[in-house]
Amino acid sequence: MKEIKYQDIVEAVAKLCIDANCLIGDDIVDAFKSGLKIEESQTGKDILNQLIENVEISKNEMIPACQDTGTAVVFLQIGSGVKIVGGELFDAINAGVAKGYTEGYLRKSIVSDPLRRKNTGNNTPAVIHTEIVPGDELKITVAPKGGGSENMSEVKMLTPAAGWEGIKKFAVDRVMRSKANPCPPILVGVGIGGNFEKVAYLAKKALLRDIGSVHPDPFYAEKEKELLEEINKTGIGPQGFGGRVTALAVFIESYPCHIASMPAAVNINCHAARHKTAVL
Amino acid sequence: MKKITTPLTDAVVKDLKAGDSVLITGIIYTGRDSAHKRLIDALNAKEPMPVDLKGQIIYYVGPAPAKPGYPIGPAGPTTSERMDPYTPALLEYGMKGMIGKGNRTPEVLDALKKYTGVYFAAVGGAAALIAKRIKKCETVAYDDLGPEAVMKLTVEDFPVVVVNDCYGNDLYEEGMKKYRKS
Repeated sequence: MKEIKYQDIVEAVAKLCIDANCLIGDDIVDAFKSGLKIEESQTGKDILNQLIENVEISKNEMIPACQDTGTAVVFLQIGSGVKIVGGELFDAINAGVAKGYTEGYLRKSIVSDPLRRKNTGNNTPAVIHTEIVPGDELKITVAPKGGGSENMSEVKMLTPAAGWEGIKKFAVDRVMRSKANPCPPILVGVGIGGNFEKVAYLAKKALLRDIGSVHPDPFYAEKEKELLEEINKTGIGPQGFGGRVTALAVFIESYPCHIASMPAAVNINCHAARHKTAVL
Repeated sequence: MKKITTPLTDAVVKDLKAGDSVLITGIIYTGRDSAHKRLIDALNAKEPMPVDLKGQIIYYVGPAPAKPGYPIGPAGPTTSERMDPYTPALLEYGMKGMIGKGNRTPEVLDALKKYTGVYFAAVGGAAALIAKRIKKCETVAYDDLGPEAVMKLTVEDFPVVVVNDCYGNDLYEEGMKKYRKS
């Protein structure tokens, strides 16, 4: 058994929250630059340039790139040989989120109850996903998720007969109806399979990939490419003002499913696609 | 690039067309869901408005906290549609412009024509960059709402794009049509 201290988890999570919000990945900036080469709209190009400059300011001054610093979504891979000492794991995660959001001047966007809507004041609780894996490491990924793009996401229980065409239609239609709301250029996470609750998780998990990474299954790698092309034919463009670059990437995650079902989920992410990982 | 200063007159609004890139200088006010509800409640009850919105622009924003030494934290636009139910009454009252992101309802677009108003979009997610154009920030109403309070922002060359003008043009619709394939 490897012992991991409560306080080490708190510190790691706090840093991940701040870094994820202030240090946007190079993959995103590279995608903006590639977008400049294919964007036909001058307004679209101006926006991509502003987004590149925005990321620069954010990095240099360690201020969040977007004011919506999101729900703190935390993915944990817990090695079966890991023992947490000095406190409970979920308490440590939430203490880290509270610390990071307070000390990092991040916005507190969480209300304690969906109907009574009182702000918790420190952005807790986090949404925490856990996986038990072999080994003696604790892998923590913090992926802050903004409300504007989350609101444009959807789960649909398709039938097996709908096939890939059905999924493609559902995803393109979801993007079309979202228009400017999720701050395009967007990233599109698509979950396929599993069941009702699993498929939403798959779509979210898909968004943890970096732009430029290729799906390990060539079948899905091809599907991602095809769907990205379809989405970029919509003409929505940067910020919905019209143009070529509506999405920067499409990521698919699949899972076995029931003979009667073909669940599908589309989780839309704004261009501030934020995720940082630490291994303890 | 057009440059305008607030408050806006009808003549200034009439000169703005969907698709124009505009730099705004002067005072703009912030307001989101809860502040809008209170403004409309005040209007309906015929109570005095806490700020005079005649000729003014409301920016839909909930900034991040300001770091020490900064007038305001990152401050990009939030989705406008949540304010749609309140907007026609504010335009009728004399508000001239709004800054946000995303589509508005037909009722809002009709009110823009009827009362000579304009809807701008700021670049969603460009919050650190936008904050550089905000020079001063003070809370002027509904302090108890925290980040949702009405703030008075002094802005210089604040970058926006006209989405809906007072002639019924819509950049979102026209832009998408222009670049649509298939």
